[in-house]
Amino acid sequence: MTELPGDLLYTEEHEWLRREEDGSVTIGITDHAQSALGDLVYVELPEVGIDVDQAGEMAVVESVKAASDVYAPIGGNIVAVNEALADDPEKINTEPYDDGWIVRIQPSDGIDEGSLMSPDAYQEFIDALDD
Amino acid sequence: MNNKLDSNLIFDKSRTGRRAYAQAPSNLATAAIPASMLRTDKPRLPETSELQTVRHFTRLSQMNFSIDTQFYPLGSCTMKYNPRACNALALLPEFAGRHPLAPSSHGQGFLTCMYDLQEMLKDVTGMKGVSLTPMAGAQGELAGVAMIKAYHDARGDHERTEIICPDAAHGTNPATATMCGCTVVEIPTGAEGDIDFDALQQAVGPKTAGIMLTNPSTLGVFERRIKEVADVVHNAGGLLYYDGANLNAILGKVRPGDMGFDVIHMNLHKTFSTPHGGGGPGSGAVGVNDRLLPFMPIPVVGKSEREGADFYDWLAEDDLPQSIGRLSGFMGNSGVLLRAYVYMRMLGRAGMERVAEFATLNANYLAVRLREAGFELAFPTRRASHEFIVTLKQEAKTLNLTAMDIAKALLDKNYHAPTTYFPLLVPECLLIEPTETESKETLDNFVAAMLEIATAAKNGTEFKDAPYTMPVRRLDDVKAARQLDLAYRHEET
Repeated sequence: MTELPGDLLYTEEHEWLRREEDGSVTIGITDHAQSALGDLVYVELPEVGIDVDQAGEMAVVESVKAASDVYAPIGGNIVAVNEALADDPEKINTEPYDDGWIVRIQPSDGIDEGSLMSPDAYQEFIDALDD
Repeated sequence: MNNKLDSNLIFDKSRTGRRAYAQAPSNLATAAIPASMLRTDKPRLPETSELQTVRHFTRLSQMNFSIDTQFYPLGSCTMKYNPRACNALALLPEFAGRHPLAPSSHGQGFLTCMYDLQEMLKDVTGMKGVSLTPMAGAQGELAGVAMIKAYHDARGDHERTEIICPDAAHGTNPATATMCGCTVVEIPTGAEGDIDFDALQQAVGPKTAGIMLTNPSTLGVFERRIKEVADVVHNAGGLLYYDGANLNAILGKVRPGDMGFDVIHMNLHKTFSTPHGGGGPGSGAVGVNDRLLPFMPIPVVGKSEREGADFYDWLAEDDLPQSIGRLSGFMGNSGVLLRAYVYMRMLGRAGMERVAEFATLNANYLAVRLREAGFELAFPTRRASHEFIVTLKQEAKTLNLTAMDIAKALLDKNYHAPTTYFPLLVPECLLIEPTETESKETLDNFVAAMLEIATAAKNGTEFKDAPYTMPVRRLDDVKAARQLDLAYRHEET
C-alpha cells in the first residue's frame, strides 16, 4: 500500500502536484513511482527561469534500475528546483512528498483539473496497473 | 570463498625489486624512439614475484562468472559458447602478425576472409552491402542512424528528424537517435507484445526519418505485423532500422532484408559467437539495402581483377564519396571479425538454421518448464523466440521475493543471473536467454534451482542479503553508481 496525501493531485505519469499559496505549483513523483524505480542515484533538474510545455520533458530521474523522464503535468515557468537532490537524490525515495519535491512551476494558463486525478482516482489507477 | 578477497590489490603486494620474469616483456625495442620522448622516471607499477603474479590473476579469474564455467542466461546478450577453433585460427601468426598499414597485396589472405565475411553476412540477412567497420553494437547503431540521416539529407529532405522507437526498445536506440541529432517519438506496446499499430500510424508523418525495431523484440516475441509496419513507415517516407541484438532467434530462417528493413546492425559478438562482455572488443557490422549503399562507413573490402586473378582491396573515400566516414582507425576489431568468419564457415548454411532452431527450442522448453514450476510468464499466449520473460510481481507482493532477490540467490546456486528489470514495461522481470549451446540437463538443473529458491521463500526464507557464498555479498548499487572507485591511489611517501 503506497502513501497518498489527500491534499495533492496526481497524474497518470505518476507525478503529484501541490498548489502553493503564491499560485505556483510544486511537483514531484509519487511513492508508487519511487518504489517502482528503486533507489535513485541521479536527478537531472531543469534550469530555473525556463518555460516548459505541458507534457514536455522537464527532468530525468535515474535509479539503479533505469532512467526515466519526468514530464511537466502543466505548462509554465520553472520558478524553483530542488537543488538538494543533486547531492541527495535518495530524498525522493525517503520523502517523495516532502523533501523529495522536484520543481515548482508558475502555471501559464492555470491548472486543467480535468486531466489530473484525486487521491482516490489515482489509487484506483495504480491498483488497475497491478492486476 | 570469501577469503579470495584477501590482500586483493596487487599494489598492496608490491615490494621494491621483486620481478615476475615470465610475465615481463622481453627485448623492449626502444631504439626507434627519440631520446627526448623516452620517459625519465619509472612508471608506478606493482613489483611482485612470478608466483605472486600468477596467483593474483588466477584468483581474480576464479572470482568471475563466465560462460566457460557457468550457465549464463543473460537475456538479450546471447551468452553462448565461443568455439575454441575460432580463437585458434584467428591467432594464426599470419593473421595476428599482419600490419594494418601493409599494402593490400601483402594481405590478400586476410582481405579474402573479410570480403567473404561481408558476403556471408549479406546472404544471411538479405541486405545488399555490409561494412565491418563499427567497433561494437552501439557504434553499429550510430552508423545505421547516421546513414538514415545522410540518405534524407542527400535528397534535400532536411525536415525528417524524428526517429520512432517502441517503449520496449533497448536504451541504446533512443540514445543513438539523440546522438544523431534526431528527436525520439516513443510508441507503446500492445498486451501481446507487438507494437501498437494504431499508435504507429499516428506517429508517422513528414518528419519521420525512420523507426528502430528489434525483431524478435526485447519482449522475446516476434513482431507479427512487421510487413505492415514496414509499409506504413515506407509510405510515410521513413526508413526501417533493424537492431540485430536478437538475430540469433531467426538466423537462416527469416531475413531482415526480406521483412523490409533498410539498415541493420549485427552484434558479431552475440550471434556469431565472438567473445564479449566486460567492455572487450566487439563488432557491430552494418548491413544496408540498395538505397543506403553509398553511405556505408568506410573502409569496406572490395573485389576486383588484377593480372587475371581476384584482387581484394580497401574501398574508401574515393570509392564511396557519400560515406558517413570512418568509425575506427582501420577496420573494426580484425581479430573479432576473423573469429566470426571462422564460426560462420564452420556452421555453413545448414548450421546457421540449426542455431535458430535450437536457440528457440531451448528458450521455449525452459519457458514451459518454468511455467509448470509455478512461475508466471509475461506473455503466456505467445511462443517465445530465443528468450522469454518471467515476471515475479506476485512473488514480490506475497513473498517479498523480488527479481533482484532471485537473481542474487541464483549466484549462490552457481548460475549467472538472467537480465533483471529489463524491459522496463514488465514489473519485477527476469529476461532469460538460454542460447542454443546449452544441454537439456543444464536447463533442467536451472529450473530445479529456481524452484528451490521459490520453495524456500514460501517456507519463510529471506533472500534480501543473498548472495551468501560469493567473494562479495549484496552490493550497494547506489554507492556503486555514485561513488565508483576504480583507481588505486598510492600513499605519498
